[in-house]
Amino acid sequence: MSAPLLDVANLRVTFPTLQGPIEVVRGISFTVGRERLGIVGESGSGKSMTGRAILRLVRSPGIVTADRLRLGDTGLLTATDAEMRTIRGRRISMIMQDPKFSLNPVMTIGAQIGEALTVHEKLPRRDVRRRVLEMLDAVRIRDPERVFSLYPHEVSGGMGQRVMIAMMLIPEPDLLIADEPTSALDVSVRTQVLQIIDDLITQKGMGLIFISHDLNLVSRFCDRILVMYGGQIVEECQAGKLDEAVHPYTRGLLASVPKLNETRAELPVLDRTSWSQA
Amino acid sequence: MNALSLRNLHVSYGETKVVNAISLDVVRGESFALVGESGSGKSTVLKAIAGLAPDWTGEISVFGKPRGKAFDRDFASTCQMVFQDPYGSLHPRQTVDAVLSEPLTIQRIGDQDARIKGVMASVGLDPRFRFRLPHQLSGGQRQRVAIARALMLEPKLLLLDEPTSALDVSVQAEILNLLKRLRQEKGLTYLLVTHDLPVVSFLCDRLAVMREGRIVETNTVDALKHGRMSNDYSSELIERSALPMGA
Amino acid sequence: MTTIEWLLADSPSSRMQARLGRSYRVFNALLRNPLAVIGALIVLLLIVMAAFAPWFATHSPIAGELSERLAAPSAAHWLGTDELGRDIWSRVVYGSRITLLIVALVAVLAAPAGLLIGAISGYFGGWTDRVMMGITDIFLSMPKLILALAFVAALGPGIENAIIAIAITSWPAYARIARAETLTIRNSEFIQAVQLQGASAARIIGRHILPLCSSSMIIRVTLDMAGIILTAAGLGFLGLGAQPPLPEWGAMISRGRAFILDQWWVATMPGFAIVIVSLGFCLLGDGLRDVLDPKQGGKQ
Repeated sequence: MSAPLLDVANLRVTFPTLQGPIEVVRGISFTVGRERLGIVGESGSGKSMTGRAILRLVRSPGIVTADRLRLGDTGLLTATDAEMRTIRGRRISMIMQDPKFSLNPVMTIGAQIGEALTVHEKLPRRDVRRRVLEMLDAVRIRDPERVFSLYPHEVSGGMGQRVMIAMMLIPEPDLLIADEPTSALDVSVRTQVLQIIDDLITQKGMGLIFISHDLNLVSRFCDRILVMYGGQIVEECQAGKLDEAVHPYTRGLLASVPKLNETRAELPVLDRTSWSQA
Repeated sequence: MNALSLRNLHVSYGETKVVNAISLDVVRGESFALVGESGSGKSTVLKAIAGLAPDWTGEISVFGKPRGKAFDRDFASTCQMVFQDPYGSLHPRQTVDAVLSEPLTIQRIGDQDARIKGVMASVGLDPRFRFRLPHQLSGGQRQRVAIARALMLEPKLLLLDEPTSALDVSVQAEILNLLKRLRQEKGLTYLLVTHDLPVVSFLCDRLAVMREGRIVETNTVDALKHGRMSNDYSSELIERSALPMGA
Repeated sequence: MTTIEWLLADSPSSRMQARLGRSYRVFNALLRNPLAVIGALIVLLLIVMAAFAPWFATHSPIAGELSERLAAPSAAHWLGTDELGRDIWSRVVYGSRITLLIVALVAVLAAPAGLLIGAISGYFGGWTDRVMMGITDIFLSMPKLILALAFVAALGPGIENAIIAIAITSWPAYARIARAETLTIRNSEFIQAVQLQGASAARIIGRHILPLCSSSMIIRVTLDMAGIILTAAGLGFLGLGAQPPLPEWGAMISRGRAFILDQWWVATMPGFAIVIVSLGFCLLGDGLRDVLDPKQGGKQ
């Protein structure tokens, strides 16, 4: 296997509180190559914090420490703020859960996507416009010319999320972090958005970290899965072999989801006491 | 007698018509699901029944009694609602105790202490949570409080608006089990609104699929389980929710 | 179990304990903010001074000795004397009673009125809202001091009329805040839930909406106290507030104006009192905002 894109060793995120420091990410290690890595966990598992820590977006007073946090040859913990700004967007992008809060409401969609491009590359205006329209086309927006001049409130949630994807992918980053990119969307739109992310990732040979609470979704969409609980990775497995998962938490999670042809009279409930102290 | 019947129900928000000529019967003791994507008008139907969307025409009757447009006290003790967001549906400055005693005070029902204890026990809330504020509770515990609040007046019909979609899957399982058990114990009738078909499969007996403000199909949950839904759109919904991602 | 453990218990066992625990937490959070503590101490000092004025004062605030008129600060007269030979320290001490009275009465009259009008207006919306907010806007559009002046001129000078005038001019700001807060709360699910239980509008406003508006109202009123004190002092300065020989701080400055070049202490000492008390209320208000603001406190 070639050198990984992202190499994380013993990553910790700590928040000081009045009752003493609380570790939300407790010493996790993993690598990401040019592959689709899923990080699954429930709320409070530290999965989102992990994504933010990689981009150094953990808000103060949170403290991020790690033995190793490298993107290729760049140490992300030692990079200056200016270096981080070029890394964010240019080399690592992040798609957030709800496009409504991530798009600037007073800028047209075309201008916002274009800005992501011009911040990192000096391009003539006409080229920017052409690249933006191409990108809108790539995220399967039917009428790119029209959408180019719309404002964020004029598009639907699904289209907003596709605009976000276009914005994040136009600088052609090496790694994309998607934090619950589809959970604000309807099922029908969800599949399409995932398909678009997938196509673009494979086409451009990028790495993907897909953060979600939905174990089944991640298992269908990713190559490899990390299951997080209480700030730690409790299980790592190939996506196809999820049913061979051994950790009681993973098994419990899988079992607690109702099925379409449900016959159980009662859903099994997780018994957290057995492993949460580990 | 039907627990709920809707005849030719139209609901609008201002100029836009959200629900179009819906007729529906929910039998007493049944658990009925309204399924659809966002914007299909399924939540609006629930709001109209509850009295939260007053701009409707047609006929809504609950246990044979036609419903007027205003909130009224008698209606409150036959029909209650559980909301989607356990974070937004509890008053941020009121303790669990205050939330649960409020309906009793409004309806002038005595014996509050015993009733609150009883309901908390039946929704599986430990008595030590009684004087906590919402921010001291987890999402699942909050939803239990919301369910307990809906049960305080011992209604026979519960309107459930995506009661588990804001919860983690493991917590969702607990709440679904609770809802299932409560229905058996108290002989409740459910009208559940959701986009999650597996939840319907677990909790309901019959379902109606809504699209753009209309019901496109009403069928049994057995038909859903065995893929015998007749309408194209319903089958499409089912397919999507079980769709394996083609890589 | 110590008292503090009882107050901070995660699972209080009675309504009383829950309520006391919450107050204790607010109090504790306030103590961690040094500026707020200073503000609270100043306000506390003002209250103590007003309550025990006879013990603090060294002389009578009203009777003066003409032989000692305009004496400079000394061991006998800590802050000097005024043109009638009255001890300025004693007058400032007694003046705190008047200041506190004005502040308390304005808060009691204006804040609840504004709160109620705003909440009703916001909850019902429609015509009620338009009419009530129209009236509010008319009051808001007029300069506060000028309006107060007009009222006092119409009602006649005097401390009661000054208080009424200030109260009449300050409720509209509270009504606006309460309305804005109510609008954000009105459609929330916890309000819908009580509507479904058959609660009357009065009950919803009184028990569910007002408690949520009240913390921003307390903050706002505390911050406004400085302005109220200044308005009262301004009215006193113009001779329209408290009448002589009452030791009102604004009126004292006004009297001292004649001697400001030679006997600076006559006008300066009550001026200091106004500045310190206003500052105290501002600091306390800022501290309370950090502790009570639901936008910050709700997430904790």
